[in-house]
Amino acid sequence: MSKPFLSIEELTQVYPDGKGGELTVFEKASFGVEKGEFVVILGHSGCGKSTIMNILAGLAEPTSGVVKMDGYEVSGPSLDRGVVFQNYSLLPWLSTLKNVTFGVAARHPEWSKAQVVEHSTKFLAMVGLEGDVIHRKPSQLSGGMRQRVSIARAFANHPQLLLLDEPFGALDALTRGTIQDELLKIWGGTEQTVFMITHDIDEAILLADRILLMTNGPFARVAESVEITIPRPRTRTTIVDHPNYYAIRNHLVHFLGERSKELAGQKGDEVNKPVPVRIDKTVSVSESEPETPRPLRAVNS
Amino acid sequence: MGQLSLNQRAALLSLVMLVVGLLVWELSIPAQKAAEELTEYERLTGAGSAKAGVPPPSDVLAKAWEQLSNPFYDAGPNDKGIGIQIGYSIYRVLTGYALAAALAIPLGFLIGMSPVAYKALNPFIQVLRPISPLAWMPLALFIIGDSEASAIFVIFICSIWPMLINTAFGVAAVRQDWVNVARTHELGHLKTAFFVILPAAAPTIVTGMRISIGIAWLVIVAAEMLVGGTGIGYYVWNEWNNLDLTSVVFSILMIGVVGMMLDAAFGYLQRTVSYVE
Ligand SMILES: Nc1ncnc2c1ncn2[C@@H]1O[C@H](COP(=O)(O)OP(=O)(O)OP(=O)(O)O)[C@@H](O)[C@H]1O
Ligand SMILES: [Mg+2]
Repeated sequence: MSKPFLSIEELTQVYPDGKGGELTVFEKASFGVEKGEFVVILGHSGCGKSTIMNILAGLAEPTSGVVKMDGYEVSGPSLDRGVVFQNYSLLPWLSTLKNVTFGVAARHPEWSKAQVVEHSTKFLAMVGLEGDVIHRKPSQLSGGMRQRVSIARAFANHPQLLLLDEPFGALDALTRGTIQDELLKIWGGTEQTVFMITHDIDEAILLADRILLMTNGPFARVAESVEITIPRPRTRTTIVDHPNYYAIRNHLVHFLGERSKELAGQKGDEVNKPVPVRIDKTVSVSESEPETPRPLRAVNS
Repeated sequence: MGQLSLNQRAALLSLVMLVVGLLVWELSIPAQKAAEELTEYERLTGAGSAKAGVPPPSDVLAKAWEQLSNPFYDAGPNDKGIGIQIGYSIYRVLTGYALAAALAIPLGFLIGMSPVAYKALNPFIQVLRPISPLAWMPLALFIIGDSEASAIFVIFICSIWPMLINTAFGVAAVRQDWVNVARTHELGHLKTAFFVILPAAAPTIVTGMRISIGIAWLVIVAAEMLVGGTGIGYYVWNEWNNLDLTSVVFSILMIGVVGMMLDAAFGYLQRTVSYVE
């Protein structure tokens, strides 16, 4: 089998626990992401999602293990991996527009100033920021607006891999919906691969090709990889009518509610690969049975 | 009173305090002159004579008017206008200060970026920093020889520490998130330093610069009293030797005004580089 576009191999992260000991966040986590795939990772707070993302971004070095993109080992950050940080990370001394042109100018040093501004303005408009607002400082924006600036900054650079750390966390339901649609549009029109963290199950089902489920830390495991067997294009209103929707949703809710705890803290020397789970009510039970062994069946009935 | 804004009320109060203060000062002068019990020192310095007494504010005002209406006259080494004297002082302060900034800010950057450099340089900084700048004066005069350059050196040495320490601190405290933004955009070291770390640390750096200019202005007066020749510090000392206390009081006021203006300039700079997180 050929290697996936993004391959995470035996990633282990150990931090000092502040009391002289060690805190193993996760151990030998291994999974792959295909080119053009939209992968969402779900897990409770503190299980190590942001840690994984920082490693993928090249901002942090894992204690051991490697990340390969397109066959090359990731070492250090790159413009090919765009990041939307959990805390927005806007530069507070720059205006909203300048925060975006900052990135665009770095990506396209050959562009004229007018080109950079035009491109940036376009992406700000895409996330609903237009007019005077773009000349304000981040401190004069609401939390949701800041998050949108951060999203515009990452999208405007067309990275091969978009890394999104709870990008919609501070948004109201309405804006969230619009920007989710924008994200799907941008992603659909390009070869971009998206790796996103969220706490929102519905958002995950709407957006993802595949959802990775993490157990609680320490020694968190990427326990399952749930395929979202709902055809695209999806919209918030139509997916709920799909026969697979509630089956998948229940599976995720049960995982986060109970099994993430039960499975937590299991140290194992073997490589931690997520178990693939495919829930599809549109095919007969006998067909899907072999792919989802273990007690998962319960949630499907 | 109810309709006046906070600022207006404060201004009014300031004015009242000024008038009352000047009035008390003015009225207390004849009483002081009437006092017959002069100490030996006062008699020697001529405090008993009308000229050498603490001048009333009206005399100081008259002096100020006289001096400020022709601030740049030059009638020999011991008789120059207040503008010329202050000019010399500002020139020395700015020269020494600029040299200090040119060294302290890049060095502070280095120290702030590198824990090794910080640890290596820290002992030197800790020993050199508490030394009174004037203590360097004899050494400076001996090594440099020139009194002008020695005064500038003293300004240099006293301005360097707040700038150095604040720059190092400001640079070290730049949020990792912002550095990460630079890194994910593949900015080189130089670009990161200029476009991310410098603006992020600028408020702290400028605070250090503001403290430095304040200290430099404090020190120049004392330094000029020592080296003599020109400058506002020399002028104060010279007028004291001439027993012209009116000029002394006037020049003290001028020192305050110039110091205030220097500070205001850096206050302005501070506002332009500050940002809200
Ligand atoms: N620099 C660090 N030093 C020590 N421990 C750390 C450090 N960074 C993270 N951790 C620990 O690693 C664990 C995972 O943190 P991480 O930020 O990845 O969680 P998360 O899954 O993103 O949580 P959330 O959903 O709340 O953002 C936490 O227990 C945290 O305390
Ligand atoms: Mg996180």
